[in-house]
Amino acid sequence: MSEKFDYEKLGLKCGLEIHQQLDTHEKLFCRCPTKLRGTNDSNLEFFRYIRPTASEMGKTDLAALEQSKLNRKYIYKAYDSTCLVEYDEEPPNEIDKEALNTSLTITKLLNMQPVDQMHVMRKIVVDGSNTTGFQRTAFLASGGFLETSNGYVGMDSLCLEEESARIIEQNTDSTKYSLDRLGIPLVEIGTAPDIHSPQQARETAQLIGMLLRSTGKVKRGLGTIRQDVNISIAKGARIEIKGVQSLEQIESIVENEVERQINLIKIRDELLQKGAHVNENMYDVSEVFADTQSKIIKKALKKGKVIAGVLPGFAGFIGKEIQPGRRLGTEFSDRAKTSGVGGIFHTDELPNYGITEDEIESLCEYVDAGDNDAVVLVSDNEKRSFSAIESVIQRAKEALEGVPEETRKALPDGNNSYMRPLPGAARMYPETDVPQVEISREYFESIEMPELLSDKINRFKQEFGLNQELAEKVVQSKDLPLFEDIMRTFKYSSNINATIVARTLTGTVPELRREGVEVDSIKDEHFFQLFELVEDGKTAKEGIEEILKKLADNPELSAENAASELGLTGVDTSEIEKFVDEVIDNREEFVQEKGLDAVGPLMGVVMGEFRGKADGKQVSSILKQKIEEYLSQQ
Amino acid sequence: MDLEQGDRVQIVKNDVVYEGIVRPSNTEHIVLKMDSGYNAGIHPENAEITVVEKKETEEKTQFFKPESASTKQKSNLPKVSILSTGGTIASKIDYRTGAVTAQFSADDILETIPELSEIAEFTGNVVYNVLSENMKPEYWTELAKTVSKEIENGADGIIIAHGTDTMMYSAAALSFMIDTPVPIVFVGSQRSADRPSSDNAMNAICAATVATSDIAEVTAVMHGTTSDNYCEIHRGTQVRKMHTSRRDAFKSINSDPIGFVDYSNRKIETISDYTKRGTRKLNVREQIEPSCGLVKFTPGTSPDVLSHYIDSGYRGIVLEGTGLGHVSTDWVPEIERAVNSGIPVVVASQCLNGRVCDRVYDTGRDMLKAGAIEAEDMLPEVAHVKLMWVLGQTDDFDTAIEMLKSNISHEMTSRSLC
Ligand SMILES: [Zn+2]
Repeated sequence: MSEKFDYEKLGLKCGLEIHQQLDTHEKLFCRCPTKLRGTNDSNLEFFRYIRPTASEMGKTDLAALEQSKLNRKYIYKAYDSTCLVEYDEEPPNEIDKEALNTSLTITKLLNMQPVDQMHVMRKIVVDGSNTTGFQRTAFLASGGFLETSNGYVGMDSLCLEEESARIIEQNTDSTKYSLDRLGIPLVEIGTAPDIHSPQQARETAQLIGMLLRSTGKVKRGLGTIRQDVNISIAKGARIEIKGVQSLEQIESIVENEVERQINLIKIRDELLQKGAHVNENMYDVSEVFADTQSKIIKKALKKGKVIAGVLPGFAGFIGKEIQPGRRLGTEFSDRAKTSGVGGIFHTDELPNYGITEDEIESLCEYVDAGDNDAVVLVSDNEKRSFSAIESVIQRAKEALEGVPEETRKALPDGNNSYMRPLPGAARMYPETDVPQVEISREYFESIEMPELLSDKINRFKQEFGLNQELAEKVVQSKDLPLFEDIMRTFKYSSNINATIVARTLTGTVPELRREGVEVDSIKDEHFFQLFELVEDGKTAKEGIEEILKKLADNPELSAENAASELGLTGVDTSEIEKFVDEVIDNREEFVQEKGLDAVGPLMGVVMGEFRGKADGKQVSSILKQKIEEYLSQQ
Repeated sequence: MDLEQGDRVQIVKNDVVYEGIVRPSNTEHIVLKMDSGYNAGIHPENAEITVVEKKETEEKTQFFKPESASTKQKSNLPKVSILSTGGTIASKIDYRTGAVTAQFSADDILETIPELSEIAEFTGNVVYNVLSENMKPEYWTELAKTVSKEIENGADGIIIAHGTDTMMYSAAALSFMIDTPVPIVFVGSQRSADRPSSDNAMNAICAATVATSDIAEVTAVMHGTTSDNYCEIHRGTQVRKMHTSRRDAFKSINSDPIGFVDYSNRKIETISDYTKRGTRKLNVREQIEPSCGLVKFTPGTSPDVLSHYIDSGYRGIVLEGTGLGHVSTDWVPEIERAVNSGIPVVVASQCLNGRVCDRVYDTGRDMLKAGAIEAEDMLPEVAHVKLMWVLGQTDDFDTAIEMLKSNISHEMTSRSLC
């Protein structure tokens, strides 16, 4: 293996947290549909503020406090498909049974055991993504495992919870959310930190994904599954990385985080060696920049201040790279941004941005910073600037200790950036508006296990004679249920086989989509009608694509009408036979000479007449039969 | 196994290990608060239970205190008394029942809403601690006495934290009982105060703004819309809870609200006349006659219902009639019997909106002839409270009728404007 690091030696421990939306008819705590809407359909908009509150065990929640720093206005868009429950204007209804059943199926698939009595909790979330200020979530199961090629991975917890509102717009002092997504049932699966390599992380995620889809009751498509990764190395700290977009990304996320932790530890060691420390003072250095030519600072000074912090011994370190393209300074800047500022300046990257050498010199003099010291600046409104510099000083302090425990956000390039402190356990208290749910042994045992997708692939190969590629394609497709329905209907048919159906659903339809055809308007019943036509020999399978195109443009038509409008129907065998007789008459010599080998060349001639109208196989068998007849008469 | 709340225990069941602190349970299940923060209920059957650690002798619950809560109150600000009566403005979770119950003292309100200290200098006082639905007319008397004592002691404004279910009744009662020189403001929350989205803070901040204003009336200050944009200032005798759960459940009926408080800048805009601070001298008439009935008439309701009230010693009756204020004709003799026995009968309308008018149809005219008096555009519940108060003030039938017919505290108007 050509891995970038020796993960075993580094003591890599990695766990996954997978969030999957369930495809239920109703939301988890109200009877609204689980449909996403276009924001233009919104028929109501309102706004709220959110305040952090006490929690059951009494500990202040760091994550909650950080968010509340930014007294934000939260604007919500509502629809005719949302109700007072989503607006936090009515207590939640009872928990959705369909969601509970699907979660119990997943519990079985992951070899987990459910609790005897499920309690819904309120998990404080004050970023406005829940109108209540908390997410309703319930611990359902634990104690499971999955087997990967590198050993067992524990399945530690399965929680059933409500999805948050969808963010639409983020402004400096407000955030806009759409309420269509709020309340869609979600399962959160947490693995044990049993994963020891990036490859194993990916394999585990893939396996869980396959099991989830095997239920046939999970939502598909963008944003319906989200992966978080917890990563630590022996000398580092536990980091929670949120929002890994794809399975392919998991490996680079793990790899780059290991790199970040290694570099932060190296920087810590060097800083300590140089006697670096932290100065808690903050300085208003606005007068240093009174006559500045820097546009950014000039603009900020109109309404605000320039605030500075001194980091003794940090000179040269803030510019050090810790992940490809990200420096220690980026970490400082991420923290500063939580106070609402745009970013920071630091002496490792100055002069720049219109700040001159002279200004830096007077700045250092003003704050009494020496050659080994770094100075960090923020120019913004006074309150925000002080708060930002305070955060930077705090982060610098943590740099002297190594890797701070944090919740971070996955970036598209495989890196990650600061989001908020790790949440503590203090964020939860009981949701008293929802009664506890008892899950009896008998009930759990009565939950039926679905066929695993991996088993389904094998079955499709054996039962339907599909090849591996097509079997996989069909099983991964969102049209899998349609495929199975069609195959049930045409089980004993002679002209329709699984390959034709699979090709149509996973090949023809996506191709038409790529060509810009509105394939989404083709209804399921159209497919049944179409295959019925082919089965009855009323149209040829070569005409499938044309007919689908027609149906996409005219979904009010039946498949038969579409076929006849296209002139792809109505050829009966006698017509073909008559034509074949003529062909043989006109080419007697050729047929006599070639015997049965004439079938191939003459096929082209006959098909030229009947392409799209008659089935090739049928034509070929008629042709063969007629030639045999002719030869025997000779 | 002797398990106590607060013990840390380990339970092994179906090969799964659960560890956490024992919480109260209302079933046979052991409810554990696990380290993850989640609660899980495990049935003890076939479970192996070990106590890891007995609970500490004194289980202290500490609540989150915002930093600014410790800031000293400024002494150059107006003095406002916050009187706590229970209800959802101040609530805590009850693990035994799993329900939200009223528990906090008035001080807790100040602690969770530090912005209040910029508006006034507060004193907290728990008058009683009852759930809104357990409120009784006798408590209004007690509340009125406490309010007047606070005003005598120099309070520049009064805030009464009240459960929302019966806030309108208490507000109406105090409106009749007290001629006030300072604002008396009722406030509550429709979302319990333990949630980050609670309306308690905004309502309380707006209420404090009104309490320090020159609106010397008994008012209820609650959310004006579903947004956190402004609160409405409702007159105590004109306000009604019109929705079971929405934040903007409180509406002024048959009148505009006195005004609005903009939450973003705490500015008050008034749209109706009101009595200004200091115009009235403090006068309290808190006696009450709780033995009054509010009877709703629906199609087919037997006049026996009314007979029951008469024969059980009720001192006064409000009829909530249909439409313009009607009951069926077979009730008329019973109305007459009530009035002849010295029981005032007041007719209000279940339409809520609009004015009672019994002179239009025969039945109405018969009801009036029998001695019933019209509640005008008074809400049925307010008429009920007024009747209790009037009968607490006088034993004389004619004086009572006179008082019932006259406007005491904006509970009725002579011109219908909406
Ligand atoms: Zn809903």
